[in-house]
This record gives sequence, structure tokens and C-alpha cells, in this order.
Amino acid sequence: MSTQPQAPSTPRQPPPQHSAIRSLLRLWPYVRQIRWFLFGSTVAALLASLSALVIPLVLKSIVDGPVAHRDTAGLWQQGVLLLVLGLLEAGLFGMRRLLVARPLASVERRMRADLYARLQRLPVSFHDRWASGQLLSRATSDMYTIRLFLAFPLIFLIVNSMVFLTGIGIMFSLDWQLALITVLPAVPLIVLCSWFERRYSAASRLSQDQNGDLATVLEESVLGIRILKSFGRHRTMAARYRAQAELLRETELKKARLLADLWAVIVGLPELALGVSLAVGVVQVAHGSTTAGTLVGFLSTALSLRWPVESLGWLLAYSNEAATATDRFFEVLDARPADAEDEARAASGTPTTEAATSGTASTEQPARDGIRLTGVRFRYPDAPAGSPDLLSGLDLHIRSGETMALVGLTGSGKTTLTALLPRLYEIDSGRITLDGQDIREIPRARLRELVSMAFEEPTLFSASVSENVLMGAPDAPAEALDRALDVAQAQFVRTLPEGVDTQVGEQGLSLSGGQRQRLALARAVVGAPEFLVLDDPLSALDVHTEALVEQALRQVLSDTTALVVAHRPSTVLLADRVALLADGRITAVGTHHELLESSPDYRELMSGERAEDGSLVR
Amino acid sequence: MSVTETEESLALEEQGPSPDALLPEEDRVPAPSGEAEDIPVPPGAPRALLRSLLGPHKARIVVAMVMITVQQAALQVGPLLVSYAIDRGIPALRDHDAGPLIAVTAGYLGCAALATLLQRSFIRLSGVVNQAILLEMRRRIFRHAQALSLDFHERYTSGRIISRATSDVDTVRELLNEGLQELLSVILSVFYISVVLIVMDWRLGLASLASALPIYLFTRGYRRRSQVIFRRSRTAVAQVIVRFTETMNGIRPVQAFRREAANESAFAVSNGQYADSNAQGLLSMARFVATARATANIWITGIVIWGAFLVTQGSLELGVLAAFVLYLRRLFDPVDQVAMFLNSYQSASAALEKIAGLLAHEPSVPEPAEPAELPAKAEGAIPGRTVDFDGVAFSYRTGKQILPRFDLRIPAGQSVAVVGATGAGKSTLAKLLARFYDPSEGQVTLDGVDLRSLPTPELRRGVVMVTQESFLFSGTVAENIAIGRPDATREEIEAAAKAIGAYEFIAELPEGFDTDVRKRGGRISAGQRQLVAFARALLADPAVLILDEATSSLDIPGEQAVQRAMSTVLAGRTAVIIAHRLSTVEIADRVLVMDQGNVVEDGTPADLISGTGRFASLHQAWRESLV
Repeated sequence: MSTQPQAPSTPRQPPPQHSAIRSLLRLWPYVRQIRWFLFGSTVAALLASLSALVIPLVLKSIVDGPVAHRDTAGLWQQGVLLLVLGLLEAGLFGMRRLLVARPLASVERRMRADLYARLQRLPVSFHDRWASGQLLSRATSDMYTIRLFLAFPLIFLIVNSMVFLTGIGIMFSLDWQLALITVLPAVPLIVLCSWFERRYSAASRLSQDQNGDLATVLEESVLGIRILKSFGRHRTMAARYRAQAELLRETELKKARLLADLWAVIVGLPELALGVSLAVGVVQVAHGSTTAGTLVGFLSTALSLRWPVESLGWLLAYSNEAATATDRFFEVLDARPADAEDEARAASGTPTTEAATSGTASTEQPARDGIRLTGVRFRYPDAPAGSPDLLSGLDLHIRSGETMALVGLTGSGKTTLTALLPRLYEIDSGRITLDGQDIREIPRARLRELVSMAFEEPTLFSASVSENVLMGAPDAPAEALDRALDVAQAQFVRTLPEGVDTQVGEQGLSLSGGQRQRLALARAVVGAPEFLVLDDPLSALDVHTEALVEQALRQVLSDTTALVVAHRPSTVLLADRVALLADGRITAVGTHHELLESSPDYRELMSGERAEDGSLVR
Repeated sequence: MSVTETEESLALEEQGPSPDALLPEEDRVPAPSGEAEDIPVPPGAPRALLRSLLGPHKARIVVAMVMITVQQAALQVGPLLVSYAIDRGIPALRDHDAGPLIAVTAGYLGCAALATLLQRSFIRLSGVVNQAILLEMRRRIFRHAQALSLDFHERYTSGRIISRATSDVDTVRELLNEGLQELLSVILSVFYISVVLIVMDWRLGLASLASALPIYLFTRGYRRRSQVIFRRSRTAVAQVIVRFTETMNGIRPVQAFRREAANESAFAVSNGQYADSNAQGLLSMARFVATARATANIWITGIVIWGAFLVTQGSLELGVLAAFVLYLRRLFDPVDQVAMFLNSYQSASAALEKIAGLLAHEPSVPEPAEPAELPAKAEGAIPGRTVDFDGVAFSYRTGKQILPRFDLRIPAGQSVAVVGATGAGKSTLAKLLARFYDPSEGQVTLDGVDLRSLPTPELRRGVVMVTQESFLFSGTVAENIAIGRPDATREEIEAAAKAIGAYEFIAELPEGFDTDVRKRGGRISAGQRQLVAFARALLADPAVLILDEATSSLDIPGEQAVQRAMSTVLAGRTAVIIAHRLSTVEIADRVLVMDQGNVVEDGTPADLISGTGRFASLHQAWRESLV
């Protein structure tokens, strides 16, 4: 595998044309709920900063008043004032943080929960397009960046500019000439900051995306660890990870360089201005046009404005990062969940059922019609233009109560077809009906209740065995669980440390492929579903277990309408009839024996013997 | 064919699953859920990790510290110059001597320029150091995670490793980016100001510094509390990541089984715990900031009043008090920064603990200390090598024995099929040969060389295993095949695909071998992925090939293509084939039937089929399943 970092497959949005502020404004729905806390916190911070500005004035009046006039009583008075102000400042500083601690944590929590909920409801085709590391980095580091922004930069952008303005006001009231000299550098600063904002925001977006890519490589290397170990390729993968990490480092260094330049200007310019105003001030005091106390007060005020000005660099950098993180968050949240697409379709008046051109009019269909696919066409949304449709006008009727085996060469679209029934993908045209009802007219949740599936790749979740199985029918009685485990020959769960309450999945006991497959099968049959879709459900089972499962499954299948993808004659024999999928259509339907007689393609598929003309059957 | 016949032959075979046979073959050690899975951190490991990360950058760190020291000095000179200007500059100017004023102004401007330049260089330099440290840390976590053995991965879970290398590293980055600079400048400015204060007036100076004691005590208390909170936070975020990745990797079943609502409530628990520990961290910091700031302000008031008395008594100059007042505010300014630094420090040290724990975990299948090589092949010899299991036994860490002591020799070039019920020990046998595990007793040798003494590259030239897992890495199909041999040419990759019967489907993909699998990862079917896995193995061209149920998702033509390839391309190699499908067995030279960890039958397929043992009945059942 190439050690060159891959071009990220995740769709990258063009860099946003709008400003950071517009991105950040989108956070309003979340911020709204904590706005009073944020407001209180801002007020506290503002008051704290103002008292920090007032304290030097008190100090000035102590120096100019009681100290200069040797007035002990006045000193005590001023001293008490200073103490009160100091305690107030401390209380306000604490209050600022106390007020927002829980609200901010809850904003982060709600945003993450929304992201998670939305991702669960986005169509599978969305997940096909997005690398999982990109999604993960949005749920963790981006969320953290946004919380941090709300905690500090947001409040301090407001507070510091107000403190700055107030400080400037005080300085002007003390000595307008000195104040003018001090304020002058603000003009180049503003120009510089807007230049900086553009470049920094591009760099931070790049770095966040690269972080996501890095997480993707990491995740794959952990999920594919067995393959890497089998081939001793961890060095290759490590080199790839390193190359990706180095890209990220380059971007981070670029950010550091930008920040260094900005800081230099932001720190340097006001200092220079302060130096000049010091000289001018000294001249003024010498000429008697101002007092030493005023100069001390002025310089003290100017020095306490250092932080608000210096912090600008930091605040700008953070705001930009938060803005790009927000963009990334909303890229996911703006994607429309499958149900919303339905509503949009319904609202736009597009008929949900396209003209069914089958011989049977839908109104006349009997109530128990089974599964009927009519003229189904499907291609993956990101399939390159010009490539043929994967399913091109497929017709298939599975009678009510019948079990249909679906066979076809590897890659002919069998698994895709099974994913269409519970609407994990949407068909492009044609229609699929269950007992005469178009699946697009059945709410997704209901449809998925009707159609139960066992996937080719059996996935267990971090939960107990019984939860994993009962996922297929949350309200099923306890006997149903036992029955389903028996059907799937998954009695082994009873010998697990805690029986059916044993935790399995990512965070529990790891089970073998065959065991996982049996539990996935139990999950599919537990609710006695009306329609059952099994994708090669017995592939990982040994011969005995397979035979036992088949025997038990026959009972279940006898009164269920089922589609079973099969690679082997033994699985085919579960079915009443067999459909052969080739070139995007069903090319033959019949019993196993009929097809063995009539279809050379089928014969080859089942026995491996080539068709009589010797050509490889496609 | 008849169903009843099949049933009968099976009934003879196995009445009901015996508990042992049903235990899965991989590591069965239950991983307790919750937090207990976290590996213990050896004492001092986080510190040692930090030292080893910082070590190579000593020179740069020293330079950066000098820079920031001088920069702080330049900045702190400011108030001193102000005081000088007021006490000396003004009277001098009244006497028409502009000298002191010019000197002061020049000094102030010079210091400002110096501070600016140093600030810029410091950020750049520390950026370089920080990024180098982060890169090194990422690299170590990644390499170590890759080196850890499979049983570890099964216990620790992918999400937790991901959390170590993402969220935990981010936390350390936060500290490096902002925290360290803050701390350095805080320490330095406190130091400078203290010195300046003592020099200006030692009485007031010492009194000011005495404030360090109460502030230190508050800080210590805060550190203790926040350490606990941040540890909890690191564990909680790992839990969030585990849940998140599990859902996203299983999105199809999640949606098909309407798992969304249940997942949301499970996610809400982890998410809530994380939010909770975050809120607690923020709250405890708020309390600390308020206390420390209040202490500082009380101190300032006291000092100012005392200073004012001293001025009144005439034992202190007014200018000195003015400067003192300015410096005092500055002395206590960093209280907030100290709190923020402590915050990132505690968070990062909790993360470092977790990372150090992972890094300190020794791989249970370590690289050899003294690497050996496989003996060179004689000219014209077959490529296969002889495998010997010498008194090998295998038990899990829990002590449960999976394979009792046994000897087994597989001569070079022989292909051996291993069959038996689930749990018979077939996969464990394969994993010992592939050195995914090391035996508890005895040794596995390849041409007489112990597998444990072979370094990874040499080992994988010798033994390669194809599993039933069919994971594809992002990248093109060609790159996925090239995992077998990274330096393979495109012709070799295509030839391998052709030999295994995968060429046609790959060529029909939109961009052929250059198709990005991630874009259509869901589209390449399980069977096709298994073919890609085979092409990989073919390309790797090992002396010994292990197939662990590697054909389970293939259809019959696909399986036959694989078998043809094995009988031609892989001829002369030693092969161990674990299969449920007995069709695979027919091409083997020898069949081992395993039951409960023991080899119970051993012979050629023909012998065993014609016999009356387990294999004969297995085979019978299989024949009948065919038609």
C-alpha cells in the first residue's frame, strides 16, 4: 500500500465564502438556551474587568491624595474602597466561570447528541461517502473547540472590546494627547487582523480535515489489525499514518507562523506607542501641563489595556477555529435525514409511486400478495456517470409465505437488492410492494419492523446477548428469545459466563464469526417477522451446525415470506423457489431442480461445472 | 437427497453442543465493561514518557526558554523605566536636561522592539518543538498499538485506542500550544517582579512575596481535586468514542433494526458523564480562581496601605510606591493564567497517564531479542517449508486449556486441511502457526527455526494467513492487494488478481484497479473482498499459507477459481486450510480432524472418506447437502 496519504474520499466542501461571524451565528439555536447564563457571565466578566480598570484609578488617588497630603484618615477610606473593589473583582471573576460551567458542558453535550442522532438517521449512502474518522473528529475535537470558544473567546471578544473602549475613554479623559498617541496603532492592527483572519481560517479548516483523515487511518488500522498482522504490514501502515501526521504538522506549523506574526504586531505596536506616550507625558509633566499622578494613572490604565489588546490575537485565532469547526458540524447537520427527504418529496408533489406498469393493477392486488418488485432500477448515488445501472428493471414476485432463494455471481447485486427492501437505499424507479403496499408509503420505522434482516456481516453491539437478539423485536416475550436462540442453534450463549446477560460486541466478549452469525440470525427471526431477508446467513457455520440451523429455520420459513441470498446448494434448499440474478435482472425463476435442468448458468453457479459451450457464464 | 438422511448422519455426529465445543476459539476472556478495562499505569510512567518526548529537543527548549526569559525581562523593564522617567526624567527636563528622557524613551522603545521579535521567534520555535513532540507521540501510540497482540486488541477495543491517539493527544496539544508558554512567562514574570520589588524596597518586597504561601496552598488543593475529575473525564470521552465508532461502523444493522432510539439513550449516558466531568472541572476551576484572586487583592490593599504609611513617614519615595503599585498588579495578574495552565496541565497529565499506560503494555507476542533467519532455500527446491509443532500446548491467561500438549509435523509442500466442529481448536492451531499467539508450552518451528526468533518481515516471508475477515483499507483496489507485497508492480498485482479469478470484477469497476474502495466500500461484496484477500496472499508469496475459513463467502465458481490457483500458483507451498466447506478438503494432501483440542483423525482425504470415522460422516453430510 502506498505510504502517500490518500486523497481524502470524504467530500470536502469548498472553503466557505462567508465570514467566520456568519458561521458562528449558526450556533444560536444552541446558545439561545443558555443565553442568560452567557449574558450573566459576560456582565460578570465585564464588571470584573472594569473594576480592574478602576483599581488603578483608586491607586492614583491614593498616591495623589492621602499619600501626597499625608492624610491618614483618607488613606483608610481609600484603602477600604480598594479592598472592596478587589473582593468584588475576585467574586466577579469566579462568578463568570461558575455561571457557565454547567450550561457550557450541556451545550457541548446537546450538540454531540444531535450530531449522533442525525448521523444515525442519515441514509446509508451518506455513510458510504464519509470516512468514519471525519465523523468522529466532528463529534470530539470540533465539539471541544466550540465549547472552548463559548467559554472564553466569545465572552472576551465582547468584554475586551468594551474594556478597551472604556480604557480609551479613561485615557482620553486623563490626557487626550497621550491617548491619541496610544490609540493610533489600532488602525494598522485592524487591517492586519482581517488579513490574518482569512489565512488562519483556511489553515484551521485544513488542519481539522487532516485531523479527521488521521483518525480514519487510525481507525482502519485498528479495525483491520488482523490483516496487517497476517501480512506483517504494520510498518507500511505506520509509514502511512506518519505521512498523514506530517501533513497535519505542516498545517499546524503554518498556523503557528501566522500566529507568531500576528502576535508580534499585536504585542509590538501598542508597546511602541506606549514608549512614545511615556516620553511625551514626561515632557508634559515637566512643563506642568499635567501632574505626575495623572501620568501614573494614564500609564497604569494603558498597561492594563495590554491584555485586552494582546488577547486579540488569541481570540481571533480561536474564533476562526470555532467557525470552521461549526462549519464542519453543520455539514453533517444540514444533510437531510432519510425521513425528511420523503417529506420533501411528498411536499413537492412528486408521486411517490411511479406508474406501476405491471400487469396487475395495485388496487386489485390481494391483501396477501407477498413481496413484489416491479421494474426496479437502482444505481448507487455516487456511481460514475455512464456506468450501467446495477439493477436495471428487475421484476420478482415472492408469494406470501414463500421462501425465495436469490442466487447470482459474486458482485451481481444480491446484497444490494436485500438492502432495498428495508429502504437502506432508495430505488431509482419501479416499485417494491409488500402485500400490495408500496414500501415508500410505509413509514420507515414500520417498514423495518415488517422486514427483518440478517446481514452478510454479522454485527453485534455492545450490549448483552439478549439485548442484541431482542433488538429485532423489543416487545417480544421471553419465550421468543429462547425460541430464536434455538432456531439459530445459538444455545452456546447459555454456557457463557452470564448466560444471555453476557455482554458481547466491541466492549464485551468477542465471539467467533460463526457465533456472531448465529446471533444475527436469531435477531432476524425473534420477532416472527412477516417478511424476512437473510443474506447468506449460514456462510460461517460448520456443516453440522448449518444442517441443524437449516432444519430449525424451515419451521420459521414455512409461514414467513422470505428472501434468502444463497451461495450454496445447501442454503438454496431452504427455499421453495430460486431466482437467478444476472446483469441487473432476474433471468430465471424456478425450483432448484427445474433450474438445474433448464439453466446452464444456474448449473454452473451451483456445481461449478462450466456451461456446455465452455464459455464462462457471466 | 433427503433432509432426514442428513439429519440422521448428523445426529450420529453430535447430539447437542457440548459446552466446551461451543466456546469460541478466539480469546474468551470476558472484558468487564465500564472502566476496569483500563490497563494499570506503572508508577512514574507518565513522567518518563514526557521526559523521553522532551529529551531530543533539549537544545531547542533551552533556546526557547532563554528567548522567553529575555522577552519577559524586556517587557518587565517597562514600569521600572516609567518610575525612572518620573523620578529622574521630569526633574532633569525641568533643568533643561533631556538626556535622561531620551535614554528612557530609547530604552522603552528598544525593549518593546526586542520583546516583539522574541515573541515571534518564540512562537515559531515552540511550534516546531510542540509539533515534533506530537508527531512522535502519535507515531509511538500508533506503532505500539500495531505491535500489541490480537488478544489485547480484543480486550481493549478499537474505540479506546482511537481515543488515546485522538482525544488524549489533542489534550496534550492544548497544553503544549498554550499552557507551556503561559507557565514560562508566568514563572518568569513572577520571578522578575519579585526581584524588582525586593530591590526597590526589601520590606514591601518580602511582604508581597509572602502571598505565595496561601496561594500555593489553594493551588495544591485545586490540583488534587481536578486530577480526579480529569481522570474521569478521559475515561468518559473514551466511552463516548467507543459508542460513536461502534454505531457508525454498524450503521446498516442500526437502521435496519431501528436501534436509533436505544442507541441514543445509551450514548446519552456516556455523553452525559463526559459533560458532567467537564462541568465539574470548570466549577472547581471557578472556585479556585475566585479564591486566589481574592487573596491577591487583599494582599495588594495591605501592601499599598503599608507603603502609603511608609511614604508618609518619609522612609519611601513616592516614585517607588508608584512603581510598586504598578508591579504589584502585575505580580498577581497571572493568577488567572496559572489557573488555566493548571487546568490544561491536569487534563493533559490525565491523558498522558492513559497514553503511558497503553505504551507500557508489553506485547504478549514480542519481537525477538536475537533475530534469526530462515535457512536459505537450495536451488530448485520447492518453496514450501516444514512446520513442526513440538510439544505445543495452549491455554488462555485464565488458565483454560484450549490445546493439550501435542506434536505435529507438516512436511514442506504438503497441504493440510483441518476440519472439526466450532470450538475444536482449529483456529487456535492456525493462530499459533501464524504467531498471532505464542504457545504456552513447546515451540512452533519453521524449517527448524522457532517462530519466536523470527523478526516480523522474515516471519511474514515464511507464514501468511488469510482470514475470513474481509476488511478493506481506504485506497484503491490495487493498493489493497499490494498489502501483500508493497513493492509489487502493477503487472504483478494484476497477475495475482487474474490467478485468483478476481481480475474480471475489478476490471469492471468504474476505475478498474484504481477504484477507491472507500467510495464504494459497501459495494464490493463479501465474496469479492475475500478474493481481494486471496490476491494479497498470492502476491505475498509465502512459504506457508494458512487459510482460516477464507472461502466462506465465495460462491462455488469463486471457490473453484481459488482452488485452481492454489493447485497451480501455490504449488509446492506448505498450506494449512481450515474450512467448513468440505469441497476445499478434497484438494488437500492430508486431513486432520480435530475435536476438543485434539487431533482425532489424520490421513489422506481418500482414506478418511472411505473410513468410518468422523470425517467420513462429515463428508457424507456435505455430499448430501450439494444436491
